[in-house]
Amino acid sequence: MSDPQEKPDGERGGLLLKIRGLRIEGRTGDSWSEIVKGIDLDLHRGEVLGLIGESGAGKSTIGLAAMGFARDGCRISGGSVEFDGLDLVTADIKRRRRLRGSRIAYVAQSAAAAFNPAHKLIDQYSETPMQHGIAGRAESEKDAVELYRRLRLPNPEEIGFRYPHQVSGGQLQRAMTAMAMACRPDLIVFDEPTTALDVTTQIEVLAAIRDIVRQFDTAAIYITHDLAVVAQMADRVMVLRNGELVEEAETRRMLSDPQEDYTKSLWAVRAFRSEEKARPAGETPILAVEHVTAAYGKTRVLHDVSFEIHRQRTVAVVGESGSGKSTTARVITGLLPPLEGRVLYKGEPLPPRFTSRSKDQLKAVQMIYQMADTALNPKQRVRDVIGRPLKFYLGMNRHQREERVRELLSLIELEPDDYIDRVPSELSGGQKQRICIARALAAEPSVIICDEVTSALDQLVAEGILKLLDRLQGEFGLAYMFITHDLATVKAIADEVVVMLQGEVVESGPKTQMFTPPHHDYTELLLSSVPEMDPDWLDHLLAERAEGKAGGRIERADQ
Amino acid sequence: MGKILVMVAQRLALGLLTLFFVSLIIFLSVEMLPGDLAQELLGQSATPETVAAFRKQLGLDLPAHIRYLEWLGGIAQGDFGRSLANDREISGLIAGRLGNTLFLAGLAALISVPLALTLGILAALYRNTPFDRGINVFALTSVSVPEFFIAYILILFLAVQINWFPSISNIGPATDLFDRIYRSILPALTLTLVVVAHMMRMTRAAIINLMASPYIEMARLKGLSPRRVILRHALPNALAPIINVVALNLAYLVVGVVVVEVVFVYPGLGQLMVDSVSKRDITVVQACSLIFAATYVLLNLTADVLSILTNPRLLHAR
Amino acid sequence: MEATLKLLRSAPPTALFGLLVVVTYVLVALLAPLIAPYGETQIVGAQFLPWSDEYLLGTDNLGRDVLSRLIYGARNTVGIAFLTTCLAFLLGCLTGLLAATLRGWTDQLLSRLVDVLMAIPALIFALLVLTITGTSVAALVGVISVLEATRVYRLTRAVAVNIEVMDFVEVARLRGERLPWVIGCEILPNALPPLVAEFGLRFCFVFLFISALSFLGLGLQPPTADWGSMVRENATLITFGDITPLIPAAAIALLTVGVNFVVDWFLHKSSGLKT
Repeated sequence: MSDPQEKPDGERGGLLLKIRGLRIEGRTGDSWSEIVKGIDLDLHRGEVLGLIGESGAGKSTIGLAAMGFARDGCRISGGSVEFDGLDLVTADIKRRRRLRGSRIAYVAQSAAAAFNPAHKLIDQYSETPMQHGIAGRAESEKDAVELYRRLRLPNPEEIGFRYPHQVSGGQLQRAMTAMAMACRPDLIVFDEPTTALDVTTQIEVLAAIRDIVRQFDTAAIYITHDLAVVAQMADRVMVLRNGELVEEAETRRMLSDPQEDYTKSLWAVRAFRSEEKARPAGETPILAVEHVTAAYGKTRVLHDVSFEIHRQRTVAVVGESGSGKSTTARVITGLLPPLEGRVLYKGEPLPPRFTSRSKDQLKAVQMIYQMADTALNPKQRVRDVIGRPLKFYLGMNRHQREERVRELLSLIELEPDDYIDRVPSELSGGQKQRICIARALAAEPSVIICDEVTSALDQLVAEGILKLLDRLQGEFGLAYMFITHDLATVKAIADEVVVMLQGEVVESGPKTQMFTPPHHDYTELLLSSVPEMDPDWLDHLLAERAEGKAGGRIERADQ
Repeated sequence: MGKILVMVAQRLALGLLTLFFVSLIIFLSVEMLPGDLAQELLGQSATPETVAAFRKQLGLDLPAHIRYLEWLGGIAQGDFGRSLANDREISGLIAGRLGNTLFLAGLAALISVPLALTLGILAALYRNTPFDRGINVFALTSVSVPEFFIAYILILFLAVQINWFPSISNIGPATDLFDRIYRSILPALTLTLVVVAHMMRMTRAAIINLMASPYIEMARLKGLSPRRVILRHALPNALAPIINVVALNLAYLVVGVVVVEVVFVYPGLGQLMVDSVSKRDITVVQACSLIFAATYVLLNLTADVLSILTNPRLLHAR
Repeated sequence: MEATLKLLRSAPPTALFGLLVVVTYVLVALLAPLIAPYGETQIVGAQFLPWSDEYLLGTDNLGRDVLSRLIYGARNTVGIAFLTTCLAFLLGCLTGLLAATLRGWTDQLLSRLVDVLMAIPALIFALLVLTITGTSVAALVGVISVLEATRVYRLTRAVAVNIEVMDFVEVARLRGERLPWVIGCEILPNALPPLVAEFGLRFCFVFLFISALSFLGLGLQPPTADWGSMVRENATLITFGDITPLIPAAAIALLTVGVNFVVDWFLHKSSGLKT
């Protein structure tokens, strides 16, 4: 398929992409502000470069700029992007268009949104080679099936003739990688391709992407916020922050010996561990879920779920999307009355609906949400957000409230004078989550349900929140129910782990026991799928699975 | 395919149900008349005997549900009853006028739909250019202006000052097609100006919304020509919103006809209705309301059904 | 005061123009008896007198001063439209908020009722009702406010439902807050910007609606001065090339354009502040 005149055969190692002093501005209202502030980047043929950074680092913007493209509301304001000798910033639109899709391709974060719902996958595949005059329909359709097979998609002959909404997320992401490969480009930009996927699905997509990139010796820019993922995928890593380069090095060296403080702190995040507290014997649990079965309408979502939460202990409820973790929380809080079973608080059954619970019962179980943005009323000041439960539950007067709000703010490490009169839009993501914690604490609860409280936050901020929660638990003897899909968080904070799959508890027990074999099959799959910082982790794992240790279950998780 | 048929059937059933309720409301509104209809119509001086006789003639002595069924049954056979003002068959009054009104609305639609879609799409593609801003100010102004203002402005310039078109639309059964169009130009133009702005803004919004979707960005990143991005990637997904916009505005057009007909003394259903309202000729008003409302409901229903039929996610079920 | 000035300075020319128009209309409406050279229904001379120093815009079909009637018209037409819009909002917002918060059968009942009411075009519905009730100001205000309330209901419900699903509302509910708190302190403050904008737009609709009915002779009844009826009464002049009847129509258009410009600016501003 490759045409020697179109693609001069550079030997491996030749410079493919050279970005110098790249500046990109974004429009906010009527003014422009710089979001990428002078980036230099070199990419050699066949090399995979990881771009890593937290939100707002400018990773995606740089990735698109590598194709000479700026989104609506963005503009390239300076620097050069030389692809194989051609400056894409100054080149006219026709020349840029000729390169896109044929020599530089793009894989988007959400394949479900990036495939056109009106056309079949294979038609969208063959569009690029046909439009660039590289191959005819028959030829490219044959080629598509071949690539689908190499990417280990089920039914490669048939899957292309489906519409995007008829295919699962993980499969779509592989189909999009195939589409990017259609013209055998020199460079593919992967923009967080696995962020929206569950861990067990992610691993298949990662393996498929890496294989195909190696097979065709394609250079790639791999954008992600996940360190462990970049460790598997990239030869070299650039760490970005606020549109600037922090550090750049070959992957293994970057992992073992980061130079900058910021990089070190990123690396250190995954090191936080709280001590596992001993399981109390014979004590009445603060909260007990007993044989709960629940349904939305006619679809059963929970089957016979039971577990206990004790004072000053953290129970982590783990599972992938749709496993029933959050539904369990809704049953406990009384938003979804169970069909069978009950919830006990200090040995006494709680009324199934929150509307029939007493103030004391409501006060005892507080909740912290994943999105602090939507959990705070944008029109209320911090003073009122935290003050309301004080008045509502404890009947404090204005003066007492003021004092207590200040105490609580100090407790969550925010300067009271500075923060008490702010509205949520004047707070950062991490600060908002802290305010939510303070609001929960204000009610003086015994149990706090934390629903994915750190998954919307950048890693450093998330770590701060985990440490804060850990400290508060010690000070107030709180019990936590920690809902999460992230096993790193579980390792960090849990005393006990409950693993859920399709509405059922498949395994539960103390953390140390759960993380030592032998495991339940699903726990094993879940645990082994979490990427580790070791660059050889993926290779080892795939080798192990190929030997059949954990084989045969991967396909199931991807359905 | 089965799922989509069920959805369409559901919409159709819902449409029929709505029509039923609409007819019920129109029928019942007369029942809510304060006092007695016969007394009201005959005036205070009428003797109880005359009133009673008149009640019988109107059928008011029968229970309401029977009268409703008879009324509906009559309409199904094209019999709308008789006018209270002059005792003529309503179906005879309506027949020619309905045709005239549909002709006028059709003519206006023929001009306004292509015009609005073209302008709306252009405004979306050349977003934030002076062209787009100009279109936007024009749209904002034209939705703010009463229909009769536009009508009189057109009369002032095109009929009085340069005398190209007649200011009054005399149309009879004998008028030939060319003459009909000529005489209907001014009212049609007025209606066009009334709906174009709205239709254009909605088209523009729909296209802009569409062009911001990730799959359009993907198409551009595949290096496709702008032509192909629009024709192959945007258009198939734009059909549903655009069809909706058109149907909604046609529904609006059918109602806008009322005022315009009065201005141009156009012999249509709208004028008949307004006249009958002043005369408080309730049976005629009922008949006209039912026709207008049914057209409106049917157009909205068409929009609903078509937008289901053009949705790829529904067309190709899992 | 300073903040207001600063806000005004940042406004685009269209918005300033709109504000100027609105303020002028309000002043004219309030001060009508002081400004108008003649009485509202006073017959001052012959019919259809041309423009002159004595009658700046001439006289109408009954020999009344057109300028004076135009000024009183501001009071009547704008005043009634404003009153009707307020009533429509009171009704529409209240039911919309209740439907969004209570859900269940309240929501079903209200929403289906509104569906049916909206299935009949507003103008047709109004004509039907006015035939029955006869034309009076009370009937006019009543029927239009109910019809417009259905549109307000739809919007309020949609906006409130989007807020109602947010976690902070769930937090308030789980805390045990009562309904008035949930609606008044959690939902309403966040629904306000779109509702304020809608008020402006709705006012324009109501205003145009009443004018259209008056123009058809079914709205405000003579001898009350009203812009829609003024166009109707003097329409014959247009065929003689006299633009006097267009002036009240232009007055209607100017106000709606002005309000629209202000609303457009407000929407731009409130959406810009969110980010």
